[in-house]
Amino acid sequence: MSTAIAQDSDRLKAENRLGRKLVAPAIIVMLVVTAFPMLRALYLSLFSYSLTAPDDREFVGLSNYVTALTDSLFWRDTGVTVLIMLVTVFFELVIGFIFAMVMHRVIFARGVIRTSILIPYGIITVVSGFAWQFAFSLNNGFVNGWLPFVDDGFNWFENTTPALIAIMVSEIWKTTPFMSLLLLAGLAQVSDDMIEAAKVDGATWWQRLWKVILPNMRAAIMVAVLFRALDAYRIFDNIFVMTAGAVNTESVSFLTYRQVVEQFALGIGSALSVLLFLSVLVIAFLIVKIFKVDLAQARQE
Amino acid sequence: MKQKIGTAVGCLLILIWCLLPVAWIISLSFKSQDAITNGSPGFFPADGDGAGWQNYIDVWNNDQFRRAIFNSIGISLIATLLSVIIATLAAYAIARLEFKGKKFVLSTALAIAMFPVVSLVGPLFDMWRTFGLYDTWPGLIIPYMSFTLPLAIWTLSAFFREIPWEMEQAAQVDGATSWQAFRKVIVPLAAPGVFTAAILTFFFAWNDFVFGISLTSTESARPIPAALSFFVGADPFNRPASLLAAGAVIATIPIVLIVLVFQRKIVAGLTSGAVKG
Repeated sequence: MSTAIAQDSDRLKAENRLGRKLVAPAIIVMLVVTAFPMLRALYLSLFSYSLTAPDDREFVGLSNYVTALTDSLFWRDTGVTVLIMLVTVFFELVIGFIFAMVMHRVIFARGVIRTSILIPYGIITVVSGFAWQFAFSLNNGFVNGWLPFVDDGFNWFENTTPALIAIMVSEIWKTTPFMSLLLLAGLAQVSDDMIEAAKVDGATWWQRLWKVILPNMRAAIMVAVLFRALDAYRIFDNIFVMTAGAVNTESVSFLTYRQVVEQFALGIGSALSVLLFLSVLVIAFLIVKIFKVDLAQARQE
Repeated sequence: MKQKIGTAVGCLLILIWCLLPVAWIISLSFKSQDAITNGSPGFFPADGDGAGWQNYIDVWNNDQFRRAIFNSIGISLIATLLSVIIATLAAYAIARLEFKGKKFVLSTALAIAMFPVVSLVGPLFDMWRTFGLYDTWPGLIIPYMSFTLPLAIWTLSAFFREIPWEMEQAAQVDGATSWQAFRKVIVPLAAPGVFTAAILTFFFAWNDFVFGISLTSTESARPIPAALSFFVGADPFNRPASLLAAGAVIATIPIVLIVLVFQRKIVAGLTSGAVKG
């Protein structure tokens, strides 16, 4: 009896060791490029340090953070980023859900629909940015001509609001298909029996949607929203390509990039990196807490 | 009947949504550069504005562009291969073994999937210059691996959980050696999952822009999205639109081919990787 237990625990120990050996390379590669540089950013953010004058590195404590947090530019960019996040995720969710409903019902031409829905997902964001920038452009775009309520001479990239709309259209176009695929998987989990039962009980289409379908898809919706919101908060490519941050369309990611790569200001740039990282953590925390997202599901357990 | 019409209209909307911008960029790539300079707001090239294949020929004869395509293909393929190998090991352990630290692996993967990439640009820029990795292939391959591992691990462990592993023993009972059992039974079952993970990883690497512009400085490692954005001048309001469009179409062809051939596998991978239900 006791030998059996001993054998068992030996086997468990061996399994434990093997498991750790197998995941070790993945853990190392993931942490080398994230945890280690992040710690270095934390360290560098305490210095006044510019690559143009590397010898003048000087310890300044938290003053880089004070500079960033008291600068109206930082708050304006944060506001723009949050606005983009809220608007794009809302539209992606609504349109993505409609697409998912259509794909759920469609019987014919499934392959064609699936192929075309994957094309925006696969297209390089930079290309999507170009396509929409030219579409909205004053001299070479078709949007002004197609929209009846827009003057043909309207310049979308002259003011903040229209420029942000153009950026958000590109972002929404590219990511809605992905959202719809996630929602389609969630939709497939809602049992037809329940919907039929609700129908028999006399529930209208609207009631069935809100009382049966959506509550049963909650987990899938929340995981999709969590991922998309954090992705949208990191928006960079579209802004870089479409406006390069002009007319106050800069996002927090773009501000950080500009400080580090264009101005070589590693001290303040690192402080911004840390702030960006912290704000993503805060958003993730808020979404998880407010909507009670089941993280075990997001983790695939 | 009403429902059928609704579905048909919905399908049409999806097709328009997905393909209109693609049609636009293709149409743009056939407009002549003179037409763009003078302004050509129509969706299709107007009479006399067409350029035929000239833009494609010009782009293809551009050394920087050809070099960038070569870099992108090489870097993406190597990153995909390495990432899938490492992820397969980890996913096997997660799906099949009980070990301490499993939760740590899954949490790390989740955290990295949400990581703001730009906040790494500064420190990595600094580190890569110290290590001599700046503006080299490995300098991009390493970060691509780190950021594709979470998705690859999820997709693969979801697939591996579904494999009936008892079949391996059954084959051995039937007289197969353990290598035969692995090769003839497990590999064919696991291959679709590995393949899906590879496609998704390749998409990520092909798509990346942030690392591409900040960790390279010359054409020796610059990938295609970065090269497109730097293509002729920095003025975002006056670009050689039709040339860029031709370049963009060429850069999109590999993705479209992959989607056309493997759409079923990609959808399965995307949905299993993110929502288990």
